[in-house]
Amino acid sequence: MSDTGIGARVLRKEDQRFITGKGQYTDDINLKDQTYAYFVRSPHAHAMIKSISTTKAKKMPGVVDIFTSKEVEEDKIGGLICGWMIHSKDGSPMKAGPHPILASGKVRFVGDQVAVVIAETRTQAKAAAEAVSISYSVLPHNVDAAQAMKTKAQVHDAASDNRVYNWSIGDQAATDAAFKSAAHITKLNIINNRLIPNAMETRAAIGSYDAGTDHYTLYTTSQNPHVARLVISAFHGLTPEHKLRVIAPDVGGGFGSKIFIYGEEVVCVWASKRIGGRPVKWTADRSEAFLSDAHGRDHVSQAELALDRSGKITGLRVHTIASMGAYLSTFSAAVPTYLYATLLSGQYNIPNIYAEIDAVYTNTAPVDAYRGAGRPEATYVVERLVETAARELKMDPAEFRRQNFITSFPHQTPVIFCYDAGDYAAALDKALEMSDYKNFAARKAESARNGKLRGVGFSAYIEACGIAPSAAVGSLGAGVGLWESAEVRVNAVGTVEVLTGSHSHGQSHETTFAQLVSDRLGVDINSVAIIHGDTDKVQMGMGTYGSRSGAVGMTAISKALDKIEAKARKVAAAVMEASADDIDFKNGTFTVKGTDKKMAFGEVALAAYVGHKFNSSEIEIGLKETSFHDPSNFVFPAGVHICEVEVDADTGLTKIASYTAVDDFGTIINPMVVEGQVQGGVAQGIGQALIEGCTYDKESGQLLTGSYMDYNMPRAANMPLIENFKLGFTFTKCPSNPLGMKGCGEAGAIAAPPAVINAITDAIGVREIAMPATPLTVWNAMQPMKRAAE
Amino acid sequence: MTAISLKVNGKAVSGDVEPRTLLVDFIRTNLGLTGTHVGCDTSQCGACVVHINGKAVKSCTTLAVACEGAEVTTIEGIAKNGKLHPMQQAFHEEHGLQCGFCTPGMIMSSIDIVKRNGKKVSEEVIRRELSGNICRCTGYHNIVAAVQSAAEKM
Repeated sequence: MSDTGIGARVLRKEDQRFITGKGQYTDDINLKDQTYAYFVRSPHAHAMIKSISTTKAKKMPGVVDIFTSKEVEEDKIGGLICGWMIHSKDGSPMKAGPHPILASGKVRFVGDQVAVVIAETRTQAKAAAEAVSISYSVLPHNVDAAQAMKTKAQVHDAASDNRVYNWSIGDQAATDAAFKSAAHITKLNIINNRLIPNAMETRAAIGSYDAGTDHYTLYTTSQNPHVARLVISAFHGLTPEHKLRVIAPDVGGGFGSKIFIYGEEVVCVWASKRIGGRPVKWTADRSEAFLSDAHGRDHVSQAELALDRSGKITGLRVHTIASMGAYLSTFSAAVPTYLYATLLSGQYNIPNIYAEIDAVYTNTAPVDAYRGAGRPEATYVVERLVETAARELKMDPAEFRRQNFITSFPHQTPVIFCYDAGDYAAALDKALEMSDYKNFAARKAESARNGKLRGVGFSAYIEACGIAPSAAVGSLGAGVGLWESAEVRVNAVGTVEVLTGSHSHGQSHETTFAQLVSDRLGVDINSVAIIHGDTDKVQMGMGTYGSRSGAVGMTAISKALDKIEAKARKVAAAVMEASADDIDFKNGTFTVKGTDKKMAFGEVALAAYVGHKFNSSEIEIGLKETSFHDPSNFVFPAGVHICEVEVDADTGLTKIASYTAVDDFGTIINPMVVEGQVQGGVAQGIGQALIEGCTYDKESGQLLTGSYMDYNMPRAANMPLIENFKLGFTFTKCPSNPLGMKGCGEAGAIAAPPAVINAITDAIGVREIAMPATPLTVWNAMQPMKRAAE
Repeated sequence: MTAISLKVNGKAVSGDVEPRTLLVDFIRTNLGLTGTHVGCDTSQCGACVVHINGKAVKSCTTLAVACEGAEVTTIEGIAKNGKLHPMQQAFHEEHGLQCGFCTPGMIMSSIDIVKRNGKKVSEEVIRRELSGNICRCTGYHNIVAAVQSAAEKM
């Protein structure tokens, strides 16, 4: 391994600009003559729009124009789409209601955008927005997923019972039979709490129209600028793709929330033409982000596990109600179906699984993919059930898991996925060792001496990422293919530019992708540039989400590098007057076998461009190759996380005493970067388990957690101390891509919540506790036992 | 409009601002120093932290007119003669950043934490005093490690 190749802890190339304040995020960009947009949003959860008056507002200082759905409809700008079609089990298509970029006729959640004010300054736009007069007729509303199919508040005409779809997976009859013959059944009611993603950079956009060329440019905070361009062209009908450039510059975190195409960004690029070509800039306030970014999770489930006399799992059955919010966001329909129920086998050999999902509309912000997207919800169901079953059977939770692990591969689960490789017992053994599980009782006794209740919880997770084989997802309802593209341009001096359809917004691609190139071509890592985030530069791409940029994005680069190497061999052979079969390429040097003839990679690149030493009718001039890689399978990272907590019995305050994460990500390009991804993911999982929760007021439909004063974000002190947060890796090679990589971006957020909750329930001796397990929730949960003890 | 004069990153600057103009807007818009970020609207996230007369302050909650005559330092002003500040270097070496958005505020707060608590600042104190800076990417693990590492070199 070279010191900058695959497997090396290379410090990040992108850091320099971020640590010196030279990053270029969307709000840092200012275009000549730009105007500022501010959105007027619904104060009601559900209401008819009776009338809108902009007369007074239009006379306010600095106002350029004000638009509502009237102008959107005049210009025939289409609505937002959901890119994944799910069919109910009765065969009917999901019931998608209209999703206009500015609300038309009706508002469906607090924060729904109704009008846009465009002014010379942001302050003026904000002031004039106050003066837009909208008259509403308030309708009954519902914000609660569990109530959605029973309420009178009908969100869309298309769905009379608010049910988007009733979908199922697995063999119901066989699963029911397994439960009938079960020796033991473990049942849990499980709520997966609604979360708000909260990337630290809020969404922002600058739309700009050039009348001279009839061309649009959109700067936006996107995880997938090409998908944004495609959707804005094909579905909103703004302009064909070749007349729209989408640039996603430095993006300050995404976590899923910046995958989606939102109304505000489309409005900015559309409105620029309406106002005569001046750029229109919008940057969300954090309050707007809370109201209007797509939220995550929000599942209500009844789950059961069937077991035989020996403690073998024989069946799993679950019914889940999943809130979609008020509209179907870009990938929302796929999250509680193919990204959730397909993972319900966990790491276990479960012969019978049946899941039924009701996706429902509620008068809340749309719900879509948030770090993990469906897989955290599945892992929470499986790992809470498994831990509870082990306790009910008085078995050690580690050994209970071990006896139910899948041990041979490939393994076909009853819910679509075929796991290709893994060694779950190896991760369990390593996690038990690293967490010093055998001495847990001694630590528990020590905590008790200090007046604290100590508990331990496991989470043996698996997830499916590296999203995804195009034909497979197409057959399941996806509107797009989920391949990735790469272009490798070798310059005449031997430096390399890689243009990738992946997008880095914290994932460190500028370093890890360059490590791959350095490793393969033997060039200095500083001679490699990774270019992304601009539809005018990169040919095409599907972007970054679902932990796909390693397994899919880097594989596309690797395939393009294969072609570069093959071409360079031909050039080297011609120049050194040898057969291409006699050329060796190692550490950046081409040699002719059995001779002392050699050429450095840079010399071959130069030769390829000057074309003096080969026949250009046989070998094309230049050294540039492209590849589109379509994965042949999902990838299946898995691992075991063990959490120990200490609960203060007097206050209910939970402290993460220690956290051990052992993960199998296959080949690791840069351990430093991967560890960072796990640490960040676990922090989000600990946040979900202990402190984060999005709350709408049932009475008023208002968002109660609409700022950092109300929505509890994890701070540094919520995390375990450095010495108590241990990371380890096991290795099985992923067979479906040449690098052997799985994905690491979401694992922490998937694994952590059940580990933490299993630890708390163990500590205080209760069966169930709701997330977030705040001090109040934990304290309340402890009271029945305290009373019983008195 | 009110005329203000102050020093930013060692250079004298002046401008006419509305009395309600926030320091962060003056820095970002009037001076074009976009390293200082805005991540919230309730003075919680700390992406906007700068130093005013050597102390860490949230520039989203400071009026520009209140900084008349003050010495303000932003993330752009802490590297000296092309050499990174030890805190910047430590964030790089310890992988204390991912998306980079919270990083300028984190670095400015962290410098102040070390200045006030000294080289031997404990991990618990670092974590407690970083409560006014939110990061969504790193889980803080490597940020805390970076502050510890820089503390020894500052």
